[in-house]
Amino acid sequence: MAIFDEELVRLNGLVLQMGSLVEMAIKNSVQSIVERDNELARKVIDGDHQVNTLDIEIDEESIRLIALRQPKAGDLRLITTAMKITADLERMGDLAVNIAQRAIELNKEPVLKEYIDIPRMREIAQGMTRDALDAFVKRDMKLAKDVIMRDDEIDDLKHKILSELLFLMTENSSIICRAMRVTFVAQYLERIADHATNMAEMVLYLIEGKIIRHTSKLP
Amino acid sequence: MTNKVELEIKGLNFYYSGDIHALKNINLTIHNKSVTALIGPSGCGKTTLLRCFNRMHDLYPKHRYEGEILFQDGNLLANGNDLIKLRSRIGMVFQRPTPFPMSIFDNVAYGLRLKGIKKKSDLAERVEKALKHAALWDEVKNKLTASAYDLSGGQQQRLVIARALAVEPEVLLFDEPTSALDPISTSKIEDLVMQLKKDITIIIVTHNMQQAARISDWTGFLMLGELIEFGTTERIFTAPSEKLTEDYVTGRFG
Repeated sequence: MAIFDEELVRLNGLVLQMGSLVEMAIKNSVQSIVERDNELARKVIDGDHQVNTLDIEIDEESIRLIALRQPKAGDLRLITTAMKITADLERMGDLAVNIAQRAIELNKEPVLKEYIDIPRMREIAQGMTRDALDAFVKRDMKLAKDVIMRDDEIDDLKHKILSELLFLMTENSSIICRAMRVTFVAQYLERIADHATNMAEMVLYLIEGKIIRHTSKLP
Repeated sequence: MTNKVELEIKGLNFYYSGDIHALKNINLTIHNKSVTALIGPSGCGKTTLLRCFNRMHDLYPKHRYEGEILFQDGNLLANGNDLIKLRSRIGMVFQRPTPFPMSIFDNVAYGLRLKGIKKKSDLAERVEKALKHAALWDEVKNKLTASAYDLSGGQQQRLVIARALAVEPEVLLFDEPTSALDPISTSKIEDLVMQLKKDITIIIVTHNMQQAARISDWTGFLMLGELIEFGTTERIFTAPSEKLTEDYVTGRFG
């Protein structure tokens, strides 16, 4: 394999490594709420520096490859996609940290109610993240489009959660503080899914060479 | 970059003497006042194609064209064309600078004198205009009578471009114009090419893909005498349609 090809494989690997850390952080952050596990929440918060380190490493490597290898066509699309995907992953990592912070706050107070829709949102957001990364590795158009389609589902769930919590808060003002925190968590998960959608859109660009962001139709 | 057509190549085949089929059914549109780059591996036919545009192949016997190259509604491959006139309308700049063994002024005035311009003030005016156009005037204005050989390689190449520009061509063909130049001279020539497209149509053959990417609006990729893909330079270098093009522009050829 040519040296440049090896470098691209390595870049690919770094993105995946970052992706799996973020995916795990999403999973653990919600689990730390559901299971009231402060230790797990702290693990998510402390683990974010690894994500940030990879973010910087991927950026530096991408810039180096652009400067030294003058990539073209598919190679250029891979490198620009890697840079954009990692920006999304880095934000997703931060959102997982935010969820873990809300977990620690929530765990200080009595349980608000049984969590049903939050784990459901987590499942979808985490699945979208995993599948966007899978689509990136396998250059899978169908899977990337499927990720984009799932974004509506998570938006619906968020609205459902918000209206339920709003109803509870109007009934009982003593839970406002907790309900607001859960509202934030729903908001963070919805943002995570948005970033996964961005990633999937970049994967479509990687495969097709067409930028479909800010347009309503899929290619 | 306009969409007006300057040259329309239709079903072009070219055979070197001995029936060597060097260009195979080329169909291509060269757009007016734009830079078109022809890229491809050695022996792909890009220089052969470039040399068709001003009938350079006619300098050697037994070479044969088939098909048409439409230039201003006429087929420039037709028999009976005035080739001297054609070559002043479609000029050419070669890989190595080819100044004539005479002064800087006379080099640029050469083609003008051939065209019958004799009046000193006319000549001086057009030489100055051409040298300015070729971004060389400021460097040579005080030594116009010096030998062209006193200039550096990069200056000589711009002098040759000035000589081609003096006769006010509509199209300029560049055959690897910077392959013998250092990076500074190369970037001056590249800037010049991008300036010149305001007034003329440029076709450039280059082995340097970065150069094609930097200065051209359109890119054609040739291989084994066939035009594999043609499109905007942006598309060819970001998302080519053909696997062969992808392999070539990403350096994975062969």
